Amino acid sequence: MPLFDSLYNFAHWLSQDRDEAEDLVQETYAKALKGFGSFQPGTNFRAWIFRILRNTFLTSRTGLAATRTVPLESDGDEQQEVAVSRETPESILLVQAGRQQVQAALEQVPVIFREVLLLCDVEEMSYQEIADTLALPIGTVMSRLHRARRSLRTALEGKAREAKHV
Amino acid sequence: MSDDIWQPKLDLYLDSQLSAEEMHGMDAHLRECSSCASDALHRLQIKRATRLAGQRYAPSDEFRRRIERQVAAKSRPQRRWLWVPVLATAVVLLAAIVTVGRWYERSRADQLLAELADIHVADLASATPVDVVSSDRHTVKPWFQGKLPFTFDLPELQGTGYRLVGGRVAYLQHEPGAQLLYDVGAHHISVFIFRDRPEIERSFPAGESTGRVLSFHVESWATGGLRYFAFSDASPESIEGLCRLLKQAGA
Repeated sequence: MPLFDSLYNFAHWLSQDRDEAEDLVQETYAKALKGFGSFQPGTNFRAWIFRILRNTFLTSRTGLAATRTVPLESDGDEQQEVAVSRETPESILLVQAGRQQVQAALEQVPVIFREVLLLCDVEEMSYQEIADTLALPIGTVMSRLHRARRSLRTALEGKAREAKHV
Repeated sequence: MSDDIWQPKLDLYLDSQLSAEEMHGMDAHLRECSSCASDALHRLQIKRATRLAGQRYAPSDEFRRRIERQVAAKSRPQRRWLWVPVLATAVVLLAAIVTVGRWYERSRADQLLAELADIHVADLASATPVDVVSSDRHTVKPWFQGKLPFTFDLPELQGTGYRLVGGRVAYLQHEPGAQLLYDVGAHHISVFIFRDRPEIERSFPAGESTGRVLSFHVESWATGGLRYFAFSDASPESIEGLCRLLKQAGA
């Protein structure tokens, strides 16, 4: 089960809870086996099974709560904004941040942005694959990715500032 | 002015989402524009940090066995007249899993090489690319004693055109290894040496391999339980020459 580890990691990042992550993965495999007829050979199997997991999460209590608390009204507006990130002393510090600090910062990124960041940077999915997985237009994927990176950067800069003052 | 065109596309470039023509255009721009090159390196480092930090949670063995049992049980025919479609589904699912497995190993190899390319690029941009500075292999090799769980041999380079610059400890998926920096002409070659773990072996089943990552030429081979990677923008012949010397030394 080569995607098993990836699915579990993704589920745990979404739910932030081991038991819930296990339930999500278990339900995903059950639904995948039951609905395998809906998978079209030649299409992307990885995007298909990740979509099942993500949809299962969205209908869970944690998923419903997470999506209710994130404003989505600006989806698609972000392409107008240029993502400038010139080096500053803080940005240099955040590059040197340890793995645990980056993980702590990732936890602070709202789940709706965290998922797109994980699919892009950890699962190394193309924007099209992410769009297929999340059932979103590519423009929205790019917009959310931009906001996710900005949110991560802000969280990391906050941690870098905290570290400097300790 | 060209910054205005290329700078907003840096994330697309680093996510490999530009067309081939635009990728070449961005390569050319980054060679000329130190501001965008620095910005790109900074974003690449954050992207890499995110990738490493994101690989955080691993399922327990007990849970893995539970799911394997679940998949096996669901794949078993429940009613005799349903065995044909169920078998067909299982075959297609198996084929999908095998395909994904192969893709996964290939993707894993690409990921390992990309991680090493990142280290190579970041070190060349650093003011201190090595921690032990010496062209003497009898100084560089002993420096790694006590820092690595293995040892290795380095070749004599007298009269070969190659020069040892020094070395440092590098990490590949949290495992320590040696990074040696060589010069040939005006080019730098990074040679990485790690223990050849099963997951690396599976990603490079052919033993020896050559390829390109982010426009760098890459050579990889395994010998004596160690896995070697050589990265450079030098000509493939120059890299092969150094690899030959290293192979002779390690034989």
